[in-house]
Amino acid sequence: MTLLPTTRPPKKLGLVIDLDVCVGCHACVISCKEWNTGGYGAALSDQDPYGADVTGTFLNRIHTFEIVPEGGEIVGEAGDARIVHFPKSCLHCDDAPCVTVCPTGASYKREEDGIVLVDEDKCIGCGLCAWSCAYGAREMDLAAGVMKKCTLCVDRIYNETLAEVDRVPSCVRTCPANARHYGDLADPSSNVSILVAERGGFDLMPEQGTRPVNKYLPPRPRDRLADKAMPLAENSDGAKGFFAWLDGVLDRI
Amino acid sequence: MRFESRVALSEPVGDEVRKTTCYMCACRCGIDVHLKDGKIRYIEGNRDHPVNKGVLCAKGSAGIMQHYSPARLRAPLLRTGPRGSGEFKEISWDEALKLAVEWLDPVRQADPKKLAFFTGRDQSQSLTGFWAQQFGTPNYAAHGGFCSVNMAAAGIMTIGGAFWEFGAPDWDRTKLFVMFGVAEDHDSNPIKMGIAKLKKRGARFVSVNPVRTGYSAVADNWIGIRPGTDGLLILTVVHELLKARRIDVDYLLRYSNAPWLVIDAPGEADHGLFARDGDGNALVYETVTEQAVPIGRPGARPSLSGRVQLADGRYAVPSFALLAEKYLDKQYAPEAVAESTGVSAETIRGLAAEIGRVAFDEAIFIDQPWTDMNGQRHDGFVGRPVSFHAMRGLSAHSNGFQTVRALHMLQVLIGAVDCPGGFRFEPPYPKPVSAHPTPHGKAEHFGSNKPLSGPHLGFPRGPEDLLVDSDGQPLRIDKAFSWDAPISAHGMMHMVIANAHAGDPYPIDVLFLYMANMAWNSSMNTAGVIKMLEDKDEATGDYRIPKIIYSDAYASEMVNYADLVLPDTTYLERHDCISLLDRPISEPDAVQDAIRWPVVEPDRDVRAFQTVLLDLGARLKLPGFVDHRGKALYEDYADYIVRHERRPGIGPLAGFRGSDGSRTGRGAINKDQLKRYIENGSFFSAHIPLEAQFYKHANRAYQDFAVKMGFFDTVQPVTFQLYQETLQKFRLSAEGVRAPLAPETHRQRILDTFDPLPDWYQPFEEAAVSAGDFPYHAITQRPAAMYHSWGSMNAWLRQIHTRNVLYVPGQICDAQGLADGDWAWVISHHGRIKVPIARMEALNANTMWTWNAIGKRGGAWALDRDVPEAQKGFLMNHLIHELLPPRGDGLRWSNSDPVTGQAAWYDLRVRIEKAEPGEVSEPHFADAERPGQPQPVPAELRYGQEWTK
Amino acid sequence: MHPAPSIILFSTLSGLGYGLAVMLGLGLLDPALVSTKTAHLLALVLITGGLLASTLHLGNPQRAWRALSQWRSSWLSREGVMAVATFVPLLASAWASLFHDMRLPLVGLLGAVMCAVTVYCTAMIYASLRAIQAWNTPLTPACYLLFSLAGGLVLVAMFATLGGSLSGWIALAGVSALTAAWTAKWAWWRRLRTMAPISTPASATGLGGIGAVRLFERPHVNENYLTREMGYKVARKHAAKLSLLATAAGGILPSLVLLAATISGTGIAIIFCTLAFAGFALGSLIERWLFFAQARHAVMNYYGG
Repeated sequence: MTLLPTTRPPKKLGLVIDLDVCVGCHACVISCKEWNTGGYGAALSDQDPYGADVTGTFLNRIHTFEIVPEGGEIVGEAGDARIVHFPKSCLHCDDAPCVTVCPTGASYKREEDGIVLVDEDKCIGCGLCAWSCAYGAREMDLAAGVMKKCTLCVDRIYNETLAEVDRVPSCVRTCPANARHYGDLADPSSNVSILVAERGGFDLMPEQGTRPVNKYLPPRPRDRLADKAMPLAENSDGAKGFFAWLDGVLDRI
Repeated sequence: MRFESRVALSEPVGDEVRKTTCYMCACRCGIDVHLKDGKIRYIEGNRDHPVNKGVLCAKGSAGIMQHYSPARLRAPLLRTGPRGSGEFKEISWDEALKLAVEWLDPVRQADPKKLAFFTGRDQSQSLTGFWAQQFGTPNYAAHGGFCSVNMAAAGIMTIGGAFWEFGAPDWDRTKLFVMFGVAEDHDSNPIKMGIAKLKKRGARFVSVNPVRTGYSAVADNWIGIRPGTDGLLILTVVHELLKARRIDVDYLLRYSNAPWLVIDAPGEADHGLFARDGDGNALVYETVTEQAVPIGRPGARPSLSGRVQLADGRYAVPSFALLAEKYLDKQYAPEAVAESTGVSAETIRGLAAEIGRVAFDEAIFIDQPWTDMNGQRHDGFVGRPVSFHAMRGLSAHSNGFQTVRALHMLQVLIGAVDCPGGFRFEPPYPKPVSAHPTPHGKAEHFGSNKPLSGPHLGFPRGPEDLLVDSDGQPLRIDKAFSWDAPISAHGMMHMVIANAHAGDPYPIDVLFLYMANMAWNSSMNTAGVIKMLEDKDEATGDYRIPKIIYSDAYASEMVNYADLVLPDTTYLERHDCISLLDRPISEPDAVQDAIRWPVVEPDRDVRAFQTVLLDLGARLKLPGFVDHRGKALYEDYADYIVRHERRPGIGPLAGFRGSDGSRTGRGAINKDQLKRYIENGSFFSAHIPLEAQFYKHANRAYQDFAVKMGFFDTVQPVTFQLYQETLQKFRLSAEGVRAPLAPETHRQRILDTFDPLPDWYQPFEEAAVSAGDFPYHAITQRPAAMYHSWGSMNAWLRQIHTRNVLYVPGQICDAQGLADGDWAWVISHHGRIKVPIARMEALNANTMWTWNAIGKRGGAWALDRDVPEAQKGFLMNHLIHELLPPRGDGLRWSNSDPVTGQAAWYDLRVRIEKAEPGEVSEPHFADAERPGQPQPVPAELRYGQEWTK
Repeated sequence: MHPAPSIILFSTLSGLGYGLAVMLGLGLLDPALVSTKTAHLLALVLITGGLLASTLHLGNPQRAWRALSQWRSSWLSREGVMAVATFVPLLASAWASLFHDMRLPLVGLLGAVMCAVTVYCTAMIYASLRAIQAWNTPLTPACYLLFSLAGGLVLVAMFATLGGSLSGWIALAGVSALTAAWTAKWAWWRRLRTMAPISTPASATGLGGIGAVRLFERPHVNENYLTREMGYKVARKHAAKLSLLATAAGGILPSLVLLAATISGTGIAIIFCTLAFAGFALGSLIERWLFFAQARHAVMNYYGG
């Protein structure tokens, strides 16, 4: 059913991604590929894997942006440009257009936790859901002809064969920099809700009206080292004053 | 819910989990390999593993694609066409090993130095080194010389340990973390985990790096320094700290050689050396009794300044006085270095102020009494919570050794080595130089049919330990431990092919390489090296390097230049040990080692290189590899790991020793040892008692622990060597006042660069070429997703870095009329490359860069010929020569650090010119043929499709 | 957006077919004439051909029937349902004309309305996508409907001529519809030229507060599904030329020749009407190609496009 759930889901499971600490290592990208290619639905195929036009299906990708502070808030060294690594996967939107546009009912948003999934047996591969997504969260698998997307590792988070601690999405479990957090964003006391509140978590492209569940944490404000320069306490030129001070210290030891 | 039935939520991941150790880079993370139907279903980090605690990087997760890559070699190969042609025939292992013995045995009989055995990404150096030693050739090393020997040598010679993977910041306590020149490197996951901890605690993270990617991108402060000037920046910070009186005098007195007296007798053979008593103990000036006394006398109050008369009437000064005089000079004032470093004086002041403030105003204290080596009891551990980490950006310069020394000196001055919140040693470090061997390879050390008399690599204590003949000429093929690079503690692999080709210092017969892509990204001057490998002696028609044996698991560019190829297994098909005898996985709080074991069986006719080496050793009847009847001692590498003993009770693995597996460190052989490791997740960890966790260099409890564990047979405390006497010995030789004398040709160079106190000089290439002709720096950064997994045979990883571009600062783009997508010529004194460029603002304005080792040769690594890696990807290596430009003296010096021989990759100077648009980067190489009978390459991968429901 | 030939062909052909069916349903042609019977068949062929063409881009066309199920939320599903349902009156009308030489006025009217609704549904598939700002306007269904009607009238004019009599008011209606369609299209184009993008790299990353945001490195070097599907870009200069060409071929030329046909002999009128149809078809194909090629997808904020 491609109508969005009419009742407010009791849970809104999703990710919070910390742009202050993501170093762009692509760990989450490959871990996602690895988990999902042998898991939920069709494999994530790669075309021409050892050739010139190598291309593959990925459900999570890291983009890299350069930001030049022109009149904006300066948060690094004065005026310096900076790089921000930007992981992106499905945001499991509350108002997910990818669900409502689906003609077959393959795309759906789970009523119990808000996860947006594709029932691949129903997917005709029309691609309209990918068109409807402003975030590029959906990719058609060229080998299977069905739409693939982040499942929030639904086959991990409820997987009773895994240890409790491992019932998190593969990308979250593997992230070496702890830049990815998983939890219930409908619960104001959850770890992720607290992070969002404390760090000013924001939505991507709120103007699209999709109300994403996943949130992003901005880079923390930073101060300049140059502002930390202090007048030197016992400053004097050359070594003479220094040795006098040193003798004093030695006497005290 | 109605959808539940559509999704199987609780499927088991696979049939079985096998825990082993990753080998996609040098991190050595623990991995859980999930198997399903005998295939690898999923690889994830082992949560219980002390290195990665469950996390895993992109490469680790991509291990599946590494393991099943069609680039894997299938069987031993014997070259049938010319070198480089890729024409081989597959032969049996028996044939291959017999042939290798036919080549090696006569060398051993006649002149063992005619074998050069060098290993690349080798994590079994205690075995490969032992094999080479038993073979008897002096020509062995791993790849540390072109890797990061400056880091290791400067660290060990200064503080008895190094950053690298031999120590770590105290991530849980540090409040200021300063990282120099690290894009991605050893310890990559621990660094990422550590940065996350810092961020969580609100500690400050400063990154000094010309390029603001990766770690630098998330640093709280980024210092976009000009390459090769880090030493100047550090010494200026030292200047500021001295001026601000922000140094830990008590720490210096206790743990460093700051009070040691340095003889002031210019022109004499011991000028600048430490004054010593008859037993060789250094002297200090005791202020109460006003006399020079040996170090370590209880209750002594040594001076750190002044000038004192020695018993022999000569004068001496505490080394610290020399140090303070040197760095208080205004040449190290922030304003004096701002232009050269490209860092504003205010930023340098701010950095120094923060270091001083955090070290002293935010000091921490751990309430744990402990006893030092003098028997003095302390209430607890004082912590200066400032930590540092550095790698290639400092070390891959010709001034890298001194720069790294400068950084260690800075750590010692603020009392932040192995204290809470500072940089902490990982066992078996700290280890003083005196506990390291001296190098072996002098004429008297080897000979026909006998082992080398000691280890190849070590630390010369002075010129007397150099491996040179009576004329001062090098004795090793790579000229390590010669006057060219006296303290080349890791050898100089990057010089082997050039020297062997030139027959300088002598020709060799067999070049035996393991896992080192010397015909591509691991060599400077790649095209030149390929020519040397292909070059024949016109008189005889033989190759100048007559026989090349190469072992690798994959069809790298190097394979086609070998005569005999010994195919290795993948890392999931083999036994390995990550040993305390070599480079273990210890943490500051724990002694740790690990193993690998075959979690899947090879499906090809391949063998683990270490097992092959043991077999070769037995066939050659090398002592230590056969018993007195000539029978092989070890069945395979697994057997060696368990049963080999280096000293009684000390073997490759420290855990589960003793017949019942209950002993740690020292203990009898346990035949079930590997089983116990596997049950334990393929690692072993022994916690260091809290009392022994800090100040290990001077902590009685730790030193006793180290002896008990078998690191040493007696305690080995370390006194930090701010003033380096060994370097001064070389200067005395260069001054012609102390024997052995340095050759005339080398004297000025030694005098210029062997300052016993950390020093900065202009990198050699920058000094040798005109700043007008080559105004910019060009460097590489190691991409996190491919660092140490440089092959492009991995279908998932290669999609991230399918080709590389040269990133050029906006200012240079504007000056040259360059825009994204343009092509440019980048020109060095040695060569030129034509490459695609892209604009970048977040980098040093005089520096351009690209990702390391993305360019590949078409056809290598089982790739198609027209892949982007080969068409548009490129290597910076073509611009870098193994020798510096010719100078007036008629000599061509190695493009290396003059102390350690470390390859100076990052000294490169270039100019850039806009080029016509292109389709192919230049230089472009003929495509490589796939060697042997290669595996078919699929047109599409649907890995795991059979498991979908 | 990638201008996929299958989709361009689908929407152009089915638009023409539905337009023609509307005109037939409204009874503009004598049902007894062979030309009218041919027109009925052509309308069905165009509609069916268009629908078949649209399945060419499906990953799993064998499941296409499922697309009829989600009419409550999905414009694509509604289009499918309407397309299938519309066949009923259209077939009935065609049957009546072909075999009974008669017209069923109510069925014809119903068919006409359903055709228009189907075209509207097709347009709304695109117009409802907020991620593609160029499409997300009422001008999109207006254009689709007007192009369909204009095409229908051009075809009707042709069949009327073939049937022997092109009435002046059909030609006038055709010219009016063409004028309206191209006026709407130019309004659509002006909107495209002048609109401020609602989503930018700054809003896509949320990092605009720090400074000017630009893509530095793509996540993977080569193209992927998203960049192939949504990364197509046509140069503005190029697009301007094409829109002029489309208007000339698909608007001005058909209008002129239709008017000329009304005062020409039958033979020449047939040629003129055929020319009008050919011009309109070409213009529509170019217009439809530009509809995709000019539309920028919000996801390109993440891919530097």
